Amino acid sequence: MSTVPRFWRHISQRYNLVGTHCSKCDEYYYPPRTICPNCRRTAQMEDHKFKGKGTVITYTTIYNATDDFKRQTPYNLAIIELDEGPRLTGQVICSPNEIEIGMKVKPVFRILGKEGDRGIIYYGTKFVPVEGSVQPITL
Amino acid sequence: MPAGIVSYGVYIPKYRIRAEEIARVWGESEDIAQKLNVFEKSVPDTDEDAVTIAVEAARNAVKRGFVDPARIDAIYAGSESHPYAVKPTGTIVGEAIGANHEFTTADLEFACKAGTAAVQACLGLVTANLIDLGLAIGTDTSQGAPGDALEYTAAAGAAAYLIGRENLAAEIEEFYSFTTDTPDFWRREGMPYPEHGGRFTGEPGYFKHVTSAAQGLMKKMGTKPEDYDYAVFHQPNGKFPVRVAGQLGFSKDQIEPGLVVPWIGNTYSGSSLIGLAATLDVARPGERIFLVSFGSGAGSDAFSIRVEEGIEEIRDRAPRVRDYVENVQYLDYAVYAKHKGKLRL
Repeated sequence: MSTVPRFWRHISQRYNLVGTHCSKCDEYYYPPRTICPNCRRTAQMEDHKFKGKGTVITYTTIYNATDDFKRQTPYNLAIIELDEGPRLTGQVICSPNEIEIGMKVKPVFRILGKEGDRGIIYYGTKFVPVEGSVQPITL
Repeated sequence: MPAGIVSYGVYIPKYRIRAEEIARVWGESEDIAQKLNVFEKSVPDTDEDAVTIAVEAARNAVKRGFVDPARIDAIYAGSESHPYAVKPTGTIVGEAIGANHEFTTADLEFACKAGTAAVQACLGLVTANLIDLGLAIGTDTSQGAPGDALEYTAAAGAAAYLIGRENLAAEIEEFYSFTTDTPDFWRREGMPYPEHGGRFTGEPGYFKHVTSAAQGLMKKMGTKPEDYDYAVFHQPNGKFPVRVAGQLGFSKDQIEPGLVVPWIGNTYSGSSLIGLAATLDVARPGERIFLVSFGSGAGSDAFSIRVEEGIEEIRDRAPRVRDYVENVQYLDYAVYAKHKGKLRL
């Protein structure tokens, strides 16, 4: 149960992709930084909620997972570049045959993991391909 | 001041299993789909549960209504498959939709009608001017034991409704509830699958409560079936809502837009509210909708709803029910069993 506070501290990052933005140099950070490495003590940091849309930069497909993820195999782990710039590692939910470098993805809310049958359930953001997913008619 | 629906959103997982595939595994006759009028049902992904699909539906409601989530003062989530026995679904939904922390929340459970009970709770607070906006959710990843009759219909889906006083998409004119102690379906604490009374779920359960609530509401308001353009009745299968509509004097044309159970199955707490959403997807301002939910145990909530001008402005900002119904990927029984956790690893 020791991971509960560690997960709790990151809830806003994982649920809503909340990072930071330095309004002085216009750099975006995910996960959030408290100091801008470009501007250092002159940085003007603010929270930023990323839209979550991005591009697959590279990926791998997991066929042999740890016990907690066995039920999900095979699954894709990708480095995704968000439209605002930062790169993060996330799961892309689609067939291993479907994922490709350059694929456009958007965020969805899913279970990230569970601490066995008795522990807490970790929720957060995964990604699905934009093409073929249900979209609003407008926007 | 009138109160009602400011916005709405739904979510239905994209996976489906056909009733004939379930029948094949258990040696049932293939015409079971015709008998139930349920041809396929939605199946959650391995990483989806009643919380994740509630969040997706709630995000669609917020997006459709262009609503600032900070305005939401109450979140009530109705489900019979809350992932936690103790730890409210509403807390996770509130955080995930970006509500500030100044809201009240509680989880509700009443078999398939906890979602409409959540609507009533929000409507009470809104009408009493105690809150600005309430978020009512019906969400379920329902369970049917392998080979049980429920397995052909127990599906996954969620609907979320923002209830308020301003910029209404639809006014809730009146509601009426009818409740008795009728043990037609239940699940004991700690048990993975529900039990039910077979045919007892029909006449003393579904039909008695739906007709009593429907007739009670029409008597209270002095309305008749022909005063409504559309009707939505809880959809445990495709037969019951059609039959009860006929008994009450509603036509097939009135229930057709909201009858989604043949293609997604019974989404339990989401069922009648997804049917209402499918109806709001096509209804025009000035039209009236008659809605009756049913929850085993047993009770029904009946609503009289009038569509307002606001519907035209918000309707296309989020996916419609039909968009989800048409976006499907079929599973065979083995992969379905993996998705539903029926396999012990």
